[in-house]
Amino acid sequence: MVVSQLVQSTYIVSGLLFILALAGLAQHETAKRGNAFGVLGMSLALIATIIELVAGKPDWITFAMLIAAVAIGAVIGIVKALRVQMTGMPELVAQLHSFVGLAAVLVGFNSFFERQSNEGGHLVEVFLGVFIGAITFTGSVVAWGKLSEHMPSKPLTLPGRNWLNLGIIVASVALGVWFVKAANLSTGLIPLIIMTVLALLLGLHLVFAIGGADMPVVVSMLNSYSGWAAAFAGFMLGVPVLVVTGCLVGASGAILSYIMCRAMNRSFISVILGGFGVEAGTVVAGVDQGEIHEIKPDQVAQDLWEAKSVIITPGYGMAVAQAQGAVADLTQRLRNHGVEVRFAIHPVAGRLPGHMNVLLAEAKVPYDIVLEMDEINDDFKNTDVVLVIGANDTVNPAAMEPGTPISGMPVCHVWEAKECVVFKRSMAVGYAGVQNPLFFKDNSVMCFGDAKATVQAIVAALPSPTPALTA
Amino acid sequence: MRIGIPRETLKGENRVAATPKTVPQLIKMGYEVSVEKGAGLRADFLDAAYSDAGAGIVDAGSAWGADLVLTVNEPTDEQLALMRPGAALISFFAPRQNPDVLDKLAAAKLTALSMDMVPRISRAQSMDALSSMANISGYRAVIEALHSFGRFMGGQVTAAGKVPPANVFVIGTGVAGLAAIGAANSLGAVVRATDVRPETAEQVESMGATFVNVAAGEADQGVSSDGYAKETSDDFNKRAAVMYAEQTAKADIVVSTAAIPGKPSPRLITAEMVANMTPGSVIVDLAAAGGGNCELTKAGASYITDNDVTIIGYTDLASRLPGQSSQLYGTNLVNLLKLMTPENDGQLVVDFDDEVVRTSTITRDGEITFPPPPVQVSAAPAPAPAAAAVPAVVAEKKPADWRRSFAIIGVAAIVLIGLLTFAPANFLSLMSVFVLACVVGYYVVWNVNHALHTPLMSETNAISGIIVVGAMLQLPGLAHASDGLGWTFRIIAFIATLIASINVFGGFTVTNRMLSMFRRG
Repeated sequence: MVVSQLVQSTYIVSGLLFILALAGLAQHETAKRGNAFGVLGMSLALIATIIELVAGKPDWITFAMLIAAVAIGAVIGIVKALRVQMTGMPELVAQLHSFVGLAAVLVGFNSFFERQSNEGGHLVEVFLGVFIGAITFTGSVVAWGKLSEHMPSKPLTLPGRNWLNLGIIVASVALGVWFVKAANLSTGLIPLIIMTVLALLLGLHLVFAIGGADMPVVVSMLNSYSGWAAAFAGFMLGVPVLVVTGCLVGASGAILSYIMCRAMNRSFISVILGGFGVEAGTVVAGVDQGEIHEIKPDQVAQDLWEAKSVIITPGYGMAVAQAQGAVADLTQRLRNHGVEVRFAIHPVAGRLPGHMNVLLAEAKVPYDIVLEMDEINDDFKNTDVVLVIGANDTVNPAAMEPGTPISGMPVCHVWEAKECVVFKRSMAVGYAGVQNPLFFKDNSVMCFGDAKATVQAIVAALPSPTPALTA
Repeated sequence: MRIGIPRETLKGENRVAATPKTVPQLIKMGYEVSVEKGAGLRADFLDAAYSDAGAGIVDAGSAWGADLVLTVNEPTDEQLALMRPGAALISFFAPRQNPDVLDKLAAAKLTALSMDMVPRISRAQSMDALSSMANISGYRAVIEALHSFGRFMGGQVTAAGKVPPANVFVIGTGVAGLAAIGAANSLGAVVRATDVRPETAEQVESMGATFVNVAAGEADQGVSSDGYAKETSDDFNKRAAVMYAEQTAKADIVVSTAAIPGKPSPRLITAEMVANMTPGSVIVDLAAAGGGNCELTKAGASYITDNDVTIIGYTDLASRLPGQSSQLYGTNLVNLLKLMTPENDGQLVVDFDDEVVRTSTITRDGEITFPPPPVQVSAAPAPAPAAAAVPAVVAEKKPADWRRSFAIIGVAAIVLIGLLTFAPANFLSLMSVFVLACVVGYYVVWNVNHALHTPLMSETNAISGIIVVGAMLQLPGLAHASDGLGWTFRIIAFIATLIASINVFGGFTVTNRMLSMFRRG
């Protein structure tokens, strides 16, 4: 009895520590402390669970399995975490989501075997937990595949895809009724397995239908699903800490999805239903927009050297070209020369919420000069030079006018600066398939080439640092 | 094609439509250039310089007889008669104010482009001669004022005592106004400025002056769609008059540039205001040609009032810097011709699909093409569409009647109570945990800094690995081990424990790795 009390109390404390962990992430200063709270909460929960296991006096095989499972999992997890490139964070996050989903499915099945009861409430919990876990699992696998370019990032649009999804959901509800009414283990297992297969397919189909540019929303959404899966696991096992944690994660993912959708001015429903950007490149492309002005890196270097203030607006292209190190170098050199350099980050830049911030942090760009779009948008007009590195739709002035697929999406007002240098590999349109009038503006100049090579060329072309004056 | 550059014959005109610097650019486009003898003399461009640049020096008849004639001022009837039918003429015609000119040009069977009709769009900025001239006028206005002003512009502390800086008040902050602000500011004066378009405040401040607002009222002018100021309402004018009276009394130098295209200039400075100014003050009225912003302005003249205020009403300020204004105007013409000479072969193409060309052309082959179809231009591109977008957003966000949401939530609450009443007891206690955790999660997550969203995701990945607890508890196997199923059960639990552990360890490690990278500058 004492053991059970101890274990339950520990779980409560763990739940609180997880809340503190997320609360700590509110600020850079407290973020590391937050993560430490998370580790502490998890350690306590694991210790409590082991105590509970020991109290049940299990056989040695249980211990062997426990140690083996945790040890193998820990090694894989830590190695992955240490090896991952910061540009590869979206893939890792998607992978981790899929693990939670799969674990929820497995735990759900086991929970069903364990009770074998006919208690309706429990069966509903199992059913829902497995359903959402299965969607999370396959959805995340597809998201991972698209992000790591193992699968094409183009949306797959089957005819009647919304009806297909609806059909699966209706079928799942029917199977759920069958499942709850089923008399015993073997009859109940059939609907459960059929539903699991259907849910796995639903997860696949949902994410296949979503284009690469919407990945920040999808990853956040799967984050949310993985949380709800954990919460349902908590219901079926009767473990409150799982419920609390699942809710925290679920809320976090839902809010991130909402923030991403708002940043693209699109409703969550339209993102989930997918199919955006199908007609890529055909919408406005081809209309003569005027001529572009090309610029060479050494000229950019000179303009930057003479500027008072510079804003760098990075996009996914910076991540693709792995240019963050070169950009950080450039920033350092200009700051030493007395130029005010800042970064403007669009909320959906990259493939993961906050992706650009992590890349810049990796390259040792101080976080206090990395600002969010809303914080810096009014400052573009007082800026001498803006560098747009690998961003397109997020700096497209067409969003300010009606009638384009991105109309109404908040964008960085880079064109208000005195000079706007756009780094691009070619004149191709962005994910939204909208031609960008920015490129044809009189104060815009284009610098073609690989972003990393170009930025390195600019750094090389900067005048050499003035030798320190001897006093 | 041959381009003719005649000598300007208007009294007091010192400018010329091409300079030795622009002539080679015209020749490069494939044109032949003939300059009338002595055309550039008053702008200090000698005939020798033109011929060195590749132009032929010709007499008036030959210059006017060219295929394309570039001038600064509207030609006289005699000069028009020298032109051959079918030729082209580019100049300032002001067709809105001066519609008679259209008939004359049409009668002469000319194609005429008016430089004051060039639309104010970004693409045409390099051809905007009005802006070029306004820039020079604004600068010159300050120089003229300084010439009549008996003191320093900048403040100084000298051995012979302290000198206060001059107070300069600029009315109207278009190109001329901003140029005046810049010139006065760089001479050290304290500059204040005002405009009916409040959005210019920022430009004023960027030039180093203080923006003076008219006291707020309803129905004030917003962003103008064509980039020029419009006439204002009576109510606004009353409030503005109070402000003008205050500011002019304080000022040593007033530069007024408030001109409305094609309309008489607004009367902003009354005789009474002038009477209240300090003796020795100077007013430069750039709107003199349209009647002047000051009641007492005499167009084209400078004089001193009874209370010793100098009022300068010169209408030829740009011409008083002839070298500079000829060079800028010449370059504007070169840019326009670049647009109209797509093949670089010296052939002028009047392409009506190009809105710059369409709008500027007032007659084509003797046919009147004025007024042009309206061009909605982007003098202030960002605010205009934003302003249009804002009402829609506001309307959407406006909270619906609170009773409606109250009713929805009320019904939902009752339904929820009904459902939960029939739920198992165990479920209820977990449900309360669930609900509270959702609320806590909502508030906690909203606080997370945008830049930390990626670590937030990996952190939530790590803690959702808490599902490992459930998997671990299943490891010992089923209590009522039924045959066969027992091992399946344990193996499933093993796999679940393993993958959940990956999440726990991987998630925390990668979060920590990322957080270590963030550093303050």
